[in-house]
Amino acid sequence: MNSVILQIATRYLKVLFLSFACIAVIRGHNYPGGGFIGGLLAALYIVYSSLAFSVQQIRRQLKVKPQYYIGLGLLCALLSFMPSLVSGAPLMKGIWFTIDSSIIGKIKLGSPLLFDFGVFFTVMGVTLLFLFTLSNHK
Amino acid sequence: MILILILYLVLALALFLIPKKLSKGIPFPLAFMQLVFFVFFISQLSLVETEKARIISIEWIPYLGLNLEFTLDGLSMIFVLLITFIGFLVFIYAQVYMKSYAGTTRFYFYLLLFSGSMLGLVLSTNFIQLFIFWELTSVLSFLLISFFNEKEKARKAAFQSLFVTGFGGLCLFVAVLLIGSIVDSYMFSDWLDKAHVIKSDPRYLPALIFVLIGIFTKSAQFPFHFWLPWAMQAPTPVSAYLHSATMVKAGVFLLARLYPVLGGTIEWDYIVTFIGALTMLVGSYLSITQVDFKLVLAYTTISALGILTMLFGIDTKLSVKAALVFLFVHAFYKAALFMLAGYISKQTGTRLIPKLGGLMKFTPWGFVIALISLLSMAGIPPMLGFIGKELIYEAKFDSPWMSSILIFLGVTSNVFMVAVSFLLLSKVFLGQSKTSIKSHNTKYKLLLFSPGILAFLSLGLGIFPDMLTPIIEPALNVIHSGNFQIKLKLWHGFNQILLLSMITALLGLLLFIILNRYKSVIKVWNRINSQIFSISFTNVFFKGLDRFISFSGKNTRLIQHGYNRYYIITIILYTSLLLILQLYLTRGWEIGLTFNLKPFYISGLAVVIAMSVFFSVFSKNIIFTISAMAVTGYGISLIYLYYSAVDLAITQIIVETLMVVMFVLVLQGLPKFASLSSRMAKIRDGVISLVFGTIMTIVTLKAITVDFNTSISGYFVDYSYLKAYGKNVVNVILVDFRALDTLGEITVLSIAALGVYSLLNKRK
Amino acid sequence: MEILLSALTGLLYAGGVFLILRRSILKFIIGIIFLSNATNLLVFLSAGIVHGKPAFLDGVESDSGKLADPLPQALVLTAIVIGFGIVIFTLALKYKFFITTSTNDLDQLKNTDV
Repeated sequence: MNSVILQIATRYLKVLFLSFACIAVIRGHNYPGGGFIGGLLAALYIVYSSLAFSVQQIRRQLKVKPQYYIGLGLLCALLSFMPSLVSGAPLMKGIWFTIDSSIIGKIKLGSPLLFDFGVFFTVMGVTLLFLFTLSNHK
Repeated sequence: MILILILYLVLALALFLIPKKLSKGIPFPLAFMQLVFFVFFISQLSLVETEKARIISIEWIPYLGLNLEFTLDGLSMIFVLLITFIGFLVFIYAQVYMKSYAGTTRFYFYLLLFSGSMLGLVLSTNFIQLFIFWELTSVLSFLLISFFNEKEKARKAAFQSLFVTGFGGLCLFVAVLLIGSIVDSYMFSDWLDKAHVIKSDPRYLPALIFVLIGIFTKSAQFPFHFWLPWAMQAPTPVSAYLHSATMVKAGVFLLARLYPVLGGTIEWDYIVTFIGALTMLVGSYLSITQVDFKLVLAYTTISALGILTMLFGIDTKLSVKAALVFLFVHAFYKAALFMLAGYISKQTGTRLIPKLGGLMKFTPWGFVIALISLLSMAGIPPMLGFIGKELIYEAKFDSPWMSSILIFLGVTSNVFMVAVSFLLLSKVFLGQSKTSIKSHNTKYKLLLFSPGILAFLSLGLGIFPDMLTPIIEPALNVIHSGNFQIKLKLWHGFNQILLLSMITALLGLLLFIILNRYKSVIKVWNRINSQIFSISFTNVFFKGLDRFISFSGKNTRLIQHGYNRYYIITIILYTSLLLILQLYLTRGWEIGLTFNLKPFYISGLAVVIAMSVFFSVFSKNIIFTISAMAVTGYGISLIYLYYSAVDLAITQIIVETLMVVMFVLVLQGLPKFASLSSRMAKIRDGVISLVFGTIMTIVTLKAITVDFNTSISGYFVDYSYLKAYGKNVVNVILVDFRALDTLGEITVLSIAALGVYSLLNKRK
Repeated sequence: MEILLSALTGLLYAGGVFLILRRSILKFIIGIIFLSNATNLLVFLSAGIVHGKPAFLDGVESDSGKLADPLPQALVLTAIVIGFGIVIFTLALKYKFFITTSTNDLDQLKNTDV
């Protein structure tokens, strides 16, 4: 598919898409969203851009192999268990701390957020790996 | 004792660490070790005499009341001595014998392990533990018989022996469990204390029969004898060690061990005596017409094992004494003869008796050994065999029942034995030499060392039989509890037993002369044999096996037909059947829901989805099908959205989109839709799927109406914000409350991805 | 409404079963998708359907009685993604099968292990 409109549009949509995916993960704890949706959204962007160009091209542009995303995701998910282990709470209990700054207001950070990012990376990596392997084989 | 057993195992494993270059020298140190153990056990002899038994027990599975227990008493002492001593000789013999073969390390590994497990077997007085060693010896016997595994016959023989002895082992295990359930213990001492309880229990007879099947298979008793001649495919040291001196005697050992527990009843006496006598006769009868040196020996071994079994069945002190003495007699002459057979086949390249002859000129020493051993086998004085035979006759005279029949059978069998001994002697060593020893190899000279020692013992102990009494006495005391003094003598004076011996020898000589002079007799004999024994046990065994395999093959092909669809149909139909049954039993079709179509736009959506399902099922065009599938998915996501599941709706939409893209990607490589099924098949599948769909509709309705316990969900909702600081309860469940599940799920996803990657990734 | 949606679930099941009984690879996979959708719907419906009350809390107070049940939703959410993984895996499997045997007919699976 060599649609110029699509090709140029993807370039600009890139920031929008990826930041939207990230926001979906972060706000997922309180509003619709979350790791699964964010990961799928990010993968969806890559799928769109590979429709605009070609899968091989996108693959070459992508500097990190999808396998590494999967590994990173699983690692994040496992690491998110660490705080509860260290603090002696039951395993996987969410540990939260609040950054209270006068400039940006209250931000709550917690291990479930890290876990959600783990899900995000895993889902994204898995989808990308599917895409690349299926298209690679002709 | 335990240290010794462990040493066997460790050394056996350590054999593989020895570098190739040194591996030629393995057996000598091992033989020396066996000799050391032999001496060690001999030194324990006085202990056994005074203390009666030496027990070591280690906790094993305390909550089952199982302890590892090793006992060195008079009975195990006899076998321990035999195992270590013959083991010592066999290792020396194997040093030369096995030199020219590949894989000797493996061979010595098996052989050493066998020695160890055989020792464990005779030392065990916990019967579960004994069973484990029992099976180990069977397995090692299998491995050793199939040592020349490039020969099909060896493989078959090994399989057969494993099958028969393994079957017996299972029977033995059943018996052990049965008796264990009577006594509620697996310790020999408990069994002994409650012997009368066991004997009066209704489970006694089945237990006895199972025990005896185990023993008879191991000791090659009729009708399980057929595996032993086949086992002669094993290398000769193995035949000498396992299949004449030790392993086949394990059955006899167990008979002796269990005699105080199970013996002394009518059932025991009749079965054991009858089977033993029958085996004795069959073995010796069949040995005459054999032409292979080793096979002759194998059949006489069967006969000897029969004698031992029978003696335990006669059930008197004299018979047990005779059995214990004969144990030594047989081990000495038979192992010597086996080794000699190996020596001859090494030197001449053949074991077939008609091709041999006049070997006396070539190996005078071999001839002497053969002479002594064969005379011992024939029971001619002054050999140890003579004493053994005298004792056997005495025991038979003394038998409380059927004494005359037993004597008749015994004499007949011994006549055959005498004839076989002389036949072997004359055909192999006397007469014209048909084969020359090719290059009078001196390197095989050492092969004569071990049989030489054994022959020397046959002769020496025959003249000074009292040397054996310190070994035999404690064993006798264990079997027949009490204190006995025995005396072994070569010369018993003129009495009916001596007369019987002389008659036996004369008849045997006569038979030998007839057979030697008139060749046609043997031919006629062979013909009669093939008439009587037209059913060969081995053939029956293998045919039965083949039939079983083809039967199960047919069944498997019926069930595992290889058609994917039919597997699925089976699963679906079966599930439907179960669901229908359940619905019928619980009257599940009564559902208190009212039908309405509010709101109308969701009803419309449902209709659209239904139409797209139909479309994608019946469409002949791939693109249309996939589009229809996507419509279904998007429609479902709208349903989710309407019914308060926002996250679900988003996920479903994205996944559906991704799925369509992936399909299109693969589609380029796939062929067009093909209509492969016949019309009939389509109708059939349609009916099946409609039935299944209907049932699932009812199931869904049931699922809606049944009130699940909602307390978990309530908890999640209540504490989602209080404890996990999240307003989106679904997300909180995923990443906090049930995070471990989610971790599992993303792991599954990763594995699926790696699976796809490894399936389709092109290797560069 | 429940009855209509249940019937829809049943129809999806029926369509899925009919498709996985086909011999063609692609129909088989589409059948699997239908089955997975149908099962998701079944789990989702089993908790009862509530319109317009998604399981979001507005802060301090919670009124768990009125909200949609979040647990089946969480289960189905992961099930959707896992179902996606399964479908793609099957797709790859069948695709590989097609490449190795160059046939579209699933009955030929039988002949590959001879």
